[in-house]
Amino acid sequence: MAKFLPLAHAVAENLRDGDKVAFEGFTHLIPTAAAHEAIRQGFRNLTLIRMTPDLIYDQMVGMGMAKKLVFSYAGNPGVGLLRRVRDAVENGFPNALEIEEHSHAAMANAYEAGAAGLPCAVFRGYRGAELAKVNPNIKPITCPFTGEQLAAVPAVRPDVTFIHAQKANRRGDVLVEGIIGIQKEAVLAAKRAVVTVEEVVEDFDGLHPNLTILPRWTISAISIVPGGSHPSYAHGCYARDNAAYLEWDEIGADRDRFRAWMEENVMRAKPEDFAARVEGLRAGASLRSVA
Amino acid sequence: MTGFTPNEMMTIAASRALKNDDVCFVGIGAPSAACNVARLTHAPDITLIYESGTIGTAPDVLPLSIGDGELCDTAVTTVSVPEMFRYWLQGGRISIGFLGAAQLDKFGNINTTVIGDYAHPKTRLPGGGGAPEIATSSREIYITMAQSKRGMVEKIDFYTSFGHGEGGDHRKRLGIDTAGPTLLVTDLAIWKPDPETKEFTVVSLHPGATREMVQETCGWAVKFSPALEETPAPSELELATLRDLKARTDAAHKRDAAAAKRGSKDG
Repeated sequence: MAKFLPLAHAVAENLRDGDKVAFEGFTHLIPTAAAHEAIRQGFRNLTLIRMTPDLIYDQMVGMGMAKKLVFSYAGNPGVGLLRRVRDAVENGFPNALEIEEHSHAAMANAYEAGAAGLPCAVFRGYRGAELAKVNPNIKPITCPFTGEQLAAVPAVRPDVTFIHAQKANRRGDVLVEGIIGIQKEAVLAAKRAVVTVEEVVEDFDGLHPNLTILPRWTISAISIVPGGSHPSYAHGCYARDNAAYLEWDEIGADRDRFRAWMEENVMRAKPEDFAARVEGLRAGASLRSVA
Repeated sequence: MTGFTPNEMMTIAASRALKNDDVCFVGIGAPSAACNVARLTHAPDITLIYESGTIGTAPDVLPLSIGDGELCDTAVTTVSVPEMFRYWLQGGRISIGFLGAAQLDKFGNINTTVIGDYAHPKTRLPGGGGAPEIATSSREIYITMAQSKRGMVEKIDFYTSFGHGEGGDHRKRLGIDTAGPTLLVTDLAIWKPDPETKEFTVVSLHPGATREMVQETCGWAVKFSPALEETPAPSELELATLRDLKARTDAAHKRDAAAAKRGSKDG
């Protein structure tokens, strides 16, 4: 049952050294504040799972927290490469990083299989693709009815999943809107789930009946962190900080500059600092034609 | 005639290949610009799908990422990522998958994974994302990229996304029943696969481009069609549409950047 906790407590209670952890968000609603809290608490030997690792995993890998990365697109979306992940894969800096690489279709199916309580996902994928040769967790499987050869990958079952969402109600149910990505599957596939939210409202009465809502009994802890997705965005709340993604390309490229940035913006910062970071982006949250 | 750049010609030539009734899975970057120019000119009803789950999107400005809010704001509907890949792509609903490439060979195989050895790469690239399945589940694949010897190579370092493999009927031999790459549009030319060998062959040179320029910026020995044509130059409408779109995009990104800066200063 969801407990409302300060972010530091929610992270400390649910994340442990050596955990398989997913901080999910498909470009939208990335749980940056939760990742930064995990960085401040200095966890080690994590297996980081995420379709699109982007900035927060670049930061966690760069801080030496990860022993393994499970992913399907390790890029800075729309900008280029992840420099800290590259440094780890190419040079073993700050430590060697094991990688398990998939396609988006495989990861999406694997999360869904995890949520569905299945041991593996079966899909039509990886045909002619070389990843199937370098990743032993991709296996062929034959359809028992048609004989078609399909691909199988193990279900993703994180020890804990972190997501960010627009709102919770007072009971602790969570509402996700906009590009919903893999949020729901990542929560339901995990043993524990922590959600940061923009705000808490009284109830969800009168809303559309088919909204994406995670009932309170699927969630371990909720923390209220306005702006907690920055530089990603929260649909209806604030726009994506594209400039920050462009800037990260330079920050991440240099080991010393990276450490200095992390010291100033993460190690010496607090969850409450996120609200100010999105202040100027709130006007851009709704339809541009209105703005 | 107004002047135009090779990149503008590339985007416009690529946009012309799209039809009004296409359902197009859009890669970020050059494909995204081409698809939206098509939508804003001759194909107003084209369905553009981005892998973040936005179906039938009509962005006013080009997104920086595949998951910008603009895509969701203007979409017919937005679905989850598993649904996107299972029902819509794997389910066979996509007519055109439109991809860019870091490294491409003459059979339309794409590498966006590593330069060098996979286990010990010289350069670790972002990886495949949605492309491995887009390449085999879309009914056809269009590719667009600017030519360079680094990008268009005799042998790619890693088969991220399967094109025609070693050529000929290689797709069929693997049980892949979709057409694969049927079009390559570069900044110099339009290429189509040879019906038998499946090797990309130049069928049309863009205005001002020569056979020598195409060969100098391509890592394999280029074949030219005996019926080589010249790509029609961009029309004023096409050029104005592309330039307006780029100007709106630049202005929006600058506005956002300024707003973000103001916000952090005020905070």
